[in-house]
Amino acid sequence: MGLEGMEIIAITVVVGLFIVVLKQFGIWEPLSLEADTSDSDLELSMVRHQPEGLEQLQAQTKFTKKELQSLYRGFKNECPSGLVDEETFKSIYSQFFPQGDATTYAHFLFNAFDMDRNGSIRFEDFVIGLSVLLRGSITEKLRWAFNLYDINKDGLVTKEEMLAIMTSIYDMMGRYTLPSVREESPFEHVEKFFQKMDRNRDGVVTIDEFIETCQKDEDIMASMQLFENVI
Amino acid sequence: MAAGVAAWLPFARAAAIGWMPVANLPMPVAPTEKNKKQDELIVLNVSGRRFQTWKNTLDRYPDTLLGSSEKEFFYNEETKEYFFDRDPDVFRSVLNFYRTGKLHYPRYECILSYDEELAFFGIVPEIIGDCCYEEYKDRKRENAERLMDDQEDNKDSKLPNMTFRETMWRAFENPQTSTMALVFYYVTGFFIAVSVMTNVVETVPCGSVPNQKEVPCGERYTVAFFCMDTACVMIFTVEYLMRLFAAPNRYRFMRSVMSIIDVVAILPYYIGLVMTDNEDVSGAFVTLRVFRVFRIFKFSRHSQGLRILGYTLKSCASELGFLLFSLTMAIIIFATVMFYAEKGSSSSKFTSIPASFWYTIVTMTTLGYGDMVPKTIAGKIFGSICSLSGVLVIALPVPVIVSNFSRIYHQNQRADKRRAQKVQKARLARIRLTKTESSSAFLHSKRNGLFNEALELTSSTKEEQHLGKSSSLLESQHHHLLHCLEKTTNHEFVDEQYYQQSYLEGGLQNYPQRSPSLSSQDGVTGTCCSRRNKKHNTPLRNASGPAHMQPLTHTQTHNRGLQELSTIHIQPLSTSRSSLNMRIDEPASLNCQSSQITTAIISIPTPPVTTPEGDAHLPTGPSHQNVVKVSAL
Repeated sequence: MGLEGMEIIAITVVVGLFIVVLKQFGIWEPLSLEADTSDSDLELSMVRHQPEGLEQLQAQTKFTKKELQSLYRGFKNECPSGLVDEETFKSIYSQFFPQGDATTYAHFLFNAFDMDRNGSIRFEDFVIGLSVLLRGSITEKLRWAFNLYDINKDGLVTKEEMLAIMTSIYDMMGRYTLPSVREESPFEHVEKFFQKMDRNRDGVVTIDEFIETCQKDEDIMASMQLFENVI
Repeated sequence: MAAGVAAWLPFARAAAIGWMPVANLPMPVAPTEKNKKQDELIVLNVSGRRFQTWKNTLDRYPDTLLGSSEKEFFYNEETKEYFFDRDPDVFRSVLNFYRTGKLHYPRYECILSYDEELAFFGIVPEIIGDCCYEEYKDRKRENAERLMDDQEDNKDSKLPNMTFRETMWRAFENPQTSTMALVFYYVTGFFIAVSVMTNVVETVPCGSVPNQKEVPCGERYTVAFFCMDTACVMIFTVEYLMRLFAAPNRYRFMRSVMSIIDVVAILPYYIGLVMTDNEDVSGAFVTLRVFRVFRIFKFSRHSQGLRILGYTLKSCASELGFLLFSLTMAIIIFATVMFYAEKGSSSSKFTSIPASFWYTIVTMTTLGYGDMVPKTIAGKIFGSICSLSGVLVIALPVPVIVSNFSRIYHQNQRADKRRAQKVQKARLARIRLTKTESSSAFLHSKRNGLFNEALELTSSTKEEQHLGKSSSLLESQHHHLLHCLEKTTNHEFVDEQYYQQSYLEGGLQNYPQRSPSLSSQDGVTGTCCSRRNKKHNTPLRNASGPAHMQPLTHTQTHNRGLQELSTIHIQPLSTSRSSLNMRIDEPASLNCQSSQITTAIISIPTPPVTTPEGDAHLPTGPSHQNVVKVSAL
């Protein structure tokens, strides 16, 4: 009679099941070329950083030993690996501004602190930045602020850069403000800023123009001293 | 603000220097720390075990015992440490909460002792981290159920003055209450058994009339069986009517399963009475008698296990459904395959696919009657695969059902799932509440700060100045930071509700109503504060009243300015937002679980409604009354 359609299928199924059974007993090893990918994942999480010694940091900054100790304790508590990446930084900073969106401004801040541009802030960067902000001279603080505004770090602050910074600051206010933040508010603010700062009306603000104008403005000078006793 | 993030506040404030050159307005004065000393170690002696931590760590949560000045009551002068006569094991979790900002619940700990320790140290249990919260809630529920069971047992012996109806209902539900109830219980049980036996024996062939075939007993002794049936049905009817009368909620009782079973059990008899001697429907009448067998389900009132079984099946509906579905799929597949495999063979019983269903079911459940067997080789191969897979498909969902039954049996049947959903919603609402707290805290402190300065304007006494110290240093620094941002952008943070309201009413027109008299009066506090004064006076006035009434307002409130520090329940946050509209939205879910919360709330009683602007004063009151500082930040 010969094998008919169903018989063929039946025999095939039986043979297939037989192979499965063999595999189970380990007699038939299918060729496996996959490398172990599980181990490589472990490496990334082990990256950590230890800061330089206390004496070196004391030399580089204007903090006392006790202040450095207390700063490091707070730093290490939040970031046990010793490095702050941008996402963590953004989330930490956003917690202080619950009503608005602080992520863009946090991004600019992150770039201002991350001096060697490697995508993460170490404790040294953190403490050096703080030293300038809290214990530095007015000129140093103004330089730091200029560095913050200068997004591409080319020594000039253009209107576009200033607009980006201003928009990010206004974003932190959120929706529920009085008077309400309109679309043009940051732009108007930038215009006012440039009118004040840009002496030679060339559309960019250089560091010298910036420092000179700020030193002449009493309000700004007063407000720069505001945070002396933060630590 | 989370604990660890508080350590970054100095950094955030320092980074605010970036806003300074951009701002057009002068910045507010920073809050100063009065006694700035270096961070020191505190020793906490808990029943002999010494814990040490930085003072800063404890200060992160100023509303708890350890974070506030309340711990001074436990200070021991001789040993210069704080002594607590509490459980040191639980204290570990409490202290870790300060250190890491997360509260964990250790599984080996008894739930009651843990709760007591938390209450002592002033920590809200709701902030237990997600990792441990399920466990905590489960244990709490178990405990509550156990307590409820104990209470129920005690409750039955008391209650002398219940109505007759209530007594009857209790007797029905719980036979142990009185002798009458017990008698009733046994009598009904006996009659159910009798009725079922009667139905069964009715059909047994008993003896034969000589020249006829064997007749069942029912037809031989018709009268006897009819009397028996009548008696049983009468008892059941009386019982049902009595239950219906005694039920506290008749409509609900009528819809319950047991009452439906009762009705179905006695209905055939009455229908039979009505429909006798009618040949056409006698066929249907015979079928009705089948329903008499439902009387056996009345036993479930007498048996706890039966009830649990029924409940289990109901709760495992999804598993049962899955079982049924997978079986159906398999049956159809194998029936089709068998049909086509056996098509070739002659005189095959597999005449159609539905005909093969019977074979598949019998094979998959490993019954194997043998009335249909495959004859071809392919058929036999597929038939064996069918029986093997049948074992698997049935074996898989069954243990789930079994474990469900055992769990329910041990927990004594409760509707856990439904209750857990409600609690979860309430818990999420509470967590959302504490998260939005931080943004509202700034707005509250602005209003609070307005109040403070208003008091200062009008020669405040020492008492009122304490109001200023209510918020912690951390809070005031954070608020100062937010204030600087406001000044930089020349915009202000406001309430969501006020924002929407001001746009509905065109609220910007309130602005020109700044009174010149006010500005002349508050030269003391400087431009920034006065501007804040004016801007906040307008939101507090719902209607546009005369501006010169403002100083009067504050004198009035100043005279009544009492301050209470009390531990009361958490007020729902929405009441403060609604201060402008005099609506109190109180979501019930937030209130119900607050029995153990101890938070310090500074409440100022409503100012008297004696000024002409009576309407506008009332909003002031509640807005200050509900300044809530929740420790769970």
